[in-house]
Amino acid sequence: MTTAASVSATGLVKTFGGLRAVDGIDLEVRQGEIFGVLGPNGAGKTTMLRMLATLLPIDAGQARVFGVDVTTEPHRVRQLVGVTGQYASVDEDLTATENLWLFGRLQGLRSADARATARGLLSQFGLEEAANRPISQFSGGMRRRLDLAASLITRPPLIFLDEPTTGLDPRTRGQMWDTIRGLVADGCTIMLTTQYLDEADQLADRVAVIDHGRKVAEGTPDELKTSVGNSTLQLELAAGVDQDLARQVVQRVAGREPVLTPESGRMNVPLETADAAADVLIGLRQAGVAISAVSVAKPTLDEVFLTLTGHDAGDAGQPARSSHDEALLEVR
Amino acid sequence: MSAAATEVPARGSRVRTPAVDPASAVARARPHISPVEAISQTFSMAWRALKKMRRNPEQFFDVTLQPLLFTAMFAYIFGGAISGNVKSYLPLLIPGIVAQTVLTTCMATGVQLREDMEKGVFDRFKALPIARIAPLAGPMVADLVRYLIAATLTFVMGVIIGYRPGGGPLGVLGAIALAIFTGWALAWIFTWIGTIARNARSVQGISMLILFPLTFLSNAFVPIHTLPSALADFVRVNPVSHLVSAARDLANLGVISGEVGWTLLAGLVVIAIFAPLSVYSYRRHL
Repeated sequence: MTTAASVSATGLVKTFGGLRAVDGIDLEVRQGEIFGVLGPNGAGKTTMLRMLATLLPIDAGQARVFGVDVTTEPHRVRQLVGVTGQYASVDEDLTATENLWLFGRLQGLRSADARATARGLLSQFGLEEAANRPISQFSGGMRRRLDLAASLITRPPLIFLDEPTTGLDPRTRGQMWDTIRGLVADGCTIMLTTQYLDEADQLADRVAVIDHGRKVAEGTPDELKTSVGNSTLQLELAAGVDQDLARQVVQRVAGREPVLTPESGRMNVPLETADAAADVLIGLRQAGVAISAVSVAKPTLDEVFLTLTGHDAGDAGQPARSSHDEALLEVR
Repeated sequence: MSAAATEVPARGSRVRTPAVDPASAVARARPHISPVEAISQTFSMAWRALKKMRRNPEQFFDVTLQPLLFTAMFAYIFGGAISGNVKSYLPLLIPGIVAQTVLTTCMATGVQLREDMEKGVFDRFKALPIARIAPLAGPMVADLVRYLIAATLTFVMGVIIGYRPGGGPLGVLGAIALAIFTGWALAWIFTWIGTIARNARSVQGISMLILFPLTFLSNAFVPIHTLPSALADFVRVNPVSHLVSAARDLANLGVISGEVGWTLLAGLVVIAIFAPLSVYSYRRHL
């Protein structure tokens, strides 16, 4: 048995009109891992996923799923992947059981087998009681679970999850994470997109950061975090202070380049530990740099983006600030 | 929750092996769909469409109200003017109304497909290893029920206001069957429009533009000899005219005339052109 990568893509391109939504991305997802694709809205994550799942034609480049070419053998690829979209891809007019039964029948299960599989999946996902209710009465979390269940009917070895927890409350999100880990324990490979750094941190073995259709970083969550620092010192310099001098002091004391925020006179300093903030402040005092406000925060997705791309996460589309709290990096 | 997630219930174990094995999954993955699979998938999609119809009975308004309303309206408005009185107009009118209602029903097929395609569940249909024709043909199979209701109700209404079909029950059944077939065939045109139009509203708009000339520029409501010659030429080749003539021969005379052949041929030609076109453009819209 050859162990082809679950996904291997080179030079993926998708153009919409004049916009290069995906602009030459290379990826390699290993078997049995959770691969996270991190990026703001509009970065091209979903477009990339849809190309790999045969839902969008690939404009340029090549993609293989377990060694099967996505462009030339889409029907075979479709037998190997389960796709759970950002928006519930289940039928609103049918009940949960009817949905799963239909998807099972469409994939060649006999009626009785499709019914048994539906029953099994509903109990696995804690939806037994809602089995005969129409989906329109489902909560957001129940919908997501049913959606994921629908992707598992034929036990595909690779599952694409497009923002599986966006809009879920923290408890439901935790349950979804456990479910995803359970799938990997069964031997599945998972490729998921997310806007949340902590989700990538909690779940993913490796992460690719996507921005403006390009891959700007790739590595384990730890590697990514180190590049940002574990906490951030936010400084607001007093009026009339020499910004350049402040920058030099910070660089000398903290050993890192501060990130200038769009507002004038403000800078963020990535730190290994919150402790190091004191050193920076003492250094600034000694150099005679006056400060009007100071705070220490855990890094957010915004800061990862500032560090990795030099621009705000919100630039690429909708501001990611609404998810500010959820994007706080867990520091243990 | 984590325990529940990894537990695989024993029920349905035939399809649920405990661990996922990519290599054997790749080996199992077949490159093509067999025609038998495609048909079975089409019927699964038809089951879905029928379920949806039962849950949204307002979808049946057009196929129930229109035949009742139009039959009575046209009979009393045009009957005197065209045939001298209502009763002698009915043998001419009823097969015409059957053709018209069946065609209107076709249009709904395209509009509903477009609405459906905009829903999230179509993403899943596209991602599943199923025949691309199944999501298109499934609802059309379910729509046979609608054609049946529309055609039957028209005859029933006709009989209520005094129509006595000379072809007897068999002739009427033949006319209904032919109307259903033609409706199903012509529905492929509207399905194709459903796959190319921007949204459901534009499907409706485009379909109206096709529907009106097709029904009114036919012999459905008036005899051909009353038309100017250029118009009469179009009316003679219009497949709807063939359907109307064939249905009249069947229902009024109990005769299977050459018009039946022309109607079937026209239907098959429409399917041969528009079914592949629909699948092609559905595939392109992925």
